[in-house]
Amino acid sequence: MRGTWLFTTTTTLLLAAGMMLPVTGAEAAEKKTLTVYTYESFTSEWGPGPKIAESFEKTCDCTLTYVSVADGVELLTRLKLEGPASKADVVVGLDTNLVTEAKATGFFAPHGLDTSALNVPGGFSDDSFVPYDYGHFAFVYDTQTLKTPPKSLKELVEGGGKEKIVIEDPRTSTPGLGLLLWMKSVYGDQSSEAWSKLKDRILTVTPGWSEAYGLFTKGEAPMVLSYTTSPAYHMVAESSDRYQAAEFAEGHYIQIEVAGMTKAARDPDLAKAFLAFLDGPQAQTILPTTNWMMPVATPSEPLPEAFGKLVQPKTTFLMSPEEVAQNRKAWIDEWLAAMSRN
Amino acid sequence: MPAGRDRRLTRTLGVAGITGIALFVGAAILALALAATREGAGTGAASDVFDAPVFDAYVWRVARFTLIQAGLSTLLSVAFAIPVALALARRRSFIGRIWIIRLMALPLGLPALVAALGIVGIWGRQGVVNDLFALLDLDRPVAIYGLAGILIAHVFFNMPLAVRLLLSGLDRIPGEYWLVSANLGLSRLSLFRFIEWPVIRGLLSGIAGLIFMLCATSFTLVLTLGGGPAASTLEVAIYQALRFDFDPPRAIALSALQITVTAVLLLVLRWLTPPATEGLTTGRPVRRFDGRSRTALLADILVIALAALFVAAPLASVLVSGLASDLAKLASDAQVHRALVTSLGIAAASAVLSVALATIMLTTRQILLSPRRPGRFAHVFSGSVAAGTSLVLLVPPVVIGAGWFLLLRPFGDVARFAPAVITLINTLMALPFVTRVLAPAIATHAARTGRLTTSLGISGWSRIVLVDGPGLRRPLLMALSFAAALSLGDLGAVALFGSQDMVTLPYLLYSRMGSYRTTDAAGLALLLGIVCVALTILGTARESLRERAS
Repeated sequence: MRGTWLFTTTTTLLLAAGMMLPVTGAEAAEKKTLTVYTYESFTSEWGPGPKIAESFEKTCDCTLTYVSVADGVELLTRLKLEGPASKADVVVGLDTNLVTEAKATGFFAPHGLDTSALNVPGGFSDDSFVPYDYGHFAFVYDTQTLKTPPKSLKELVEGGGKEKIVIEDPRTSTPGLGLLLWMKSVYGDQSSEAWSKLKDRILTVTPGWSEAYGLFTKGEAPMVLSYTTSPAYHMVAESSDRYQAAEFAEGHYIQIEVAGMTKAARDPDLAKAFLAFLDGPQAQTILPTTNWMMPVATPSEPLPEAFGKLVQPKTTFLMSPEEVAQNRKAWIDEWLAAMSRN
Repeated sequence: MPAGRDRRLTRTLGVAGITGIALFVGAAILALALAATREGAGTGAASDVFDAPVFDAYVWRVARFTLIQAGLSTLLSVAFAIPVALALARRRSFIGRIWIIRLMALPLGLPALVAALGIVGIWGRQGVVNDLFALLDLDRPVAIYGLAGILIAHVFFNMPLAVRLLLSGLDRIPGEYWLVSANLGLSRLSLFRFIEWPVIRGLLSGIAGLIFMLCATSFTLVLTLGGGPAASTLEVAIYQALRFDFDPPRAIALSALQITVTAVLLLVLRWLTPPATEGLTTGRPVRRFDGRSRTALLADILVIALAALFVAAPLASVLVSGLASDLAKLASDAQVHRALVTSLGIAAASAVLSVALATIMLTTRQILLSPRRPGRFAHVFSGSVAAGTSLVLLVPPVVIGAGWFLLLRPFGDVARFAPAVITLINTLMALPFVTRVLAPAIATHAARTGRLTTSLGISGWSRIVLVDGPGLRRPLLMALSFAAALSLGDLGAVALFGSQDMVTLPYLLYSRMGSYRTTDAAGLALLLGIVCVALTILGTARESLRERAS
């Protein structure tokens, strides 16, 4: 018995020692390198990262390195923690609501690209950030348990339906904040009353998208706050029509993902070339079926058929980054008050 | 007690240990606070908007809810754990006992999201319980979203933990006690009052304190099952302040509030429950003479079965979803292999470090407190160990992580230090568990062997090999397995430091979940569960051997 005990201790100590060794990065000295900060699902093996890196490296004779963190919000936190010494040349994966804060850090340089030809609903354009894909928030429902989904946000809020919905928390998640802004866009000053009415239909408010979607696919609620593009994943990857997005008559709030280059970029031309590449036909073909978002420019190959079946909102809601930054705290407080009332 | 040279060495190490902990945590908080004041208003819109007072009505409401739900969760977990531990201690050998004890260590190693989905699979609207009611033509009457869901989840996590800790204490009751009480013909009530309760009471403040802290800092479970923002904990506010608003001063102020409130409660608990006195034993095997009646047997079977069912059902739900995934593909996935190796490495390293640190500090405390009238230094040290090994759980890992990120920034690529920092954070987070396993065991061990070994002049290495090693092997293994399981399921700081080179299993699980790969995530949850089972087997290795012998 003592033998086993010693063996275990030795093994764990050796493992521990191994873990402490610094991870050495093997970088080719002669080739140019571009360091791209992004979120984790972008660089995962099924995400757009690997393919985009491969095709970009063919055009630039350079090496592209990703540094990834959990999500877009974490990305900004990471940049603030690193400060101007950050190794990031390009940052991919912030959304329009984070743009004001990102600019306030003073790390980002103007990209100098002409983005007027891009097709972004809501018409976002900015001198520091280029949009590269977008998605509209939508309530995704399970066609097996919900035959007649609400046709408008008003019907969802006031229609007296009994089906429960799962939403995300605006204090901790991007879709949660998206719904808050969507309600504000539709209801304006009456948002507080609207939330009080909607409250009874809300099964629970999760900290992030994963928990909400997990509860939804487990069948706990027939409707969840997600994206118009969510059904595309199920249609393309699982060949299933079961989950569909409900089109709302008022319109849908949009999430636009943006990228920018830093002032500290070691090779500004290379960084700029990467931003341009992101909006080029090759990257725009890769993004929709890997990031499950809509392209902002014409892809080199037609999109899978499933994308044609998605809800195409007739009206797009988008508030300016400044308006969101100014009001977010007050609106979240209003939401908390309305939702906490019994 | 050890000889002079041993004592001095242990004492130096012990003081170094507690100082190290204080420095590790303090430096991180200081770095974060300094960074915030240096950058000050320069961070722009966010800080302009958030210069409102920290402790507003919202914070107080959240603090109140935190205390209420944590208090209720603790009360329920402990109240359910006591009869289960008593029953398991009374029935010392039945087929499957070891597996029920192992089962009780499993929830610890599961990430909150996995546990939440498992619990929903049983207690949710479409869960098994409601399916059973549907057979009775009742329309899904069980609705858990709200306080009920939070309490179920917290009892699921913590009742088994309390059972394990109480059971170890009950198992240390000298065999002579049972013999004497049988001779005296003590009634069930008297047995409880004079033998079992004093032991339980001595452990209670430590266990209840630990559970209270775990529930107070619960985040994902509270939000996911809480039904709405009325159910929020201070941890949610801290997370929001640091991650969404990047407002370090607010995050630190909220952490301070959380620590102060809980510290006061822990002190009250300690004051209410005096430590147990140690009983002497010749080490005769424990034989129980009580509970021989048929009703007593039935009652124990019922209690044990219900507890096992309550803990096993959500785990079974995780197992069933896991089996539906493409396990073969996951098993051959290089990313899964890497994540598994990373997770095991971190878990092993932090478990060993945590157990070593706790052992040294607890031994030092034992040495310092052993004179009839311990000096002031002894009391200060003892108090700091108690506080340090408890309150560290209340400092959000995200705060320590962010602080160390800032500290290490001048030394090059922070990702290089990620394994070390994450290991150390996990080491700290495991300390409260480890000390609760080891402290009572070391106290009992010292009381039973201390004078004899000293009078025999056994010291140094031979003392460790001959006396302390064999005597403490069981609690040490249990502490190791607890600490390892805990770090295995932890997501905490990895998210901030995360890079392609540093992916742990829970991180991979969340990432698959976050990109629609729900079935992959279910398979990974199963994998995590299997690793945890292996760890609990390690933690109970000795028991099974002894069972075989008897």
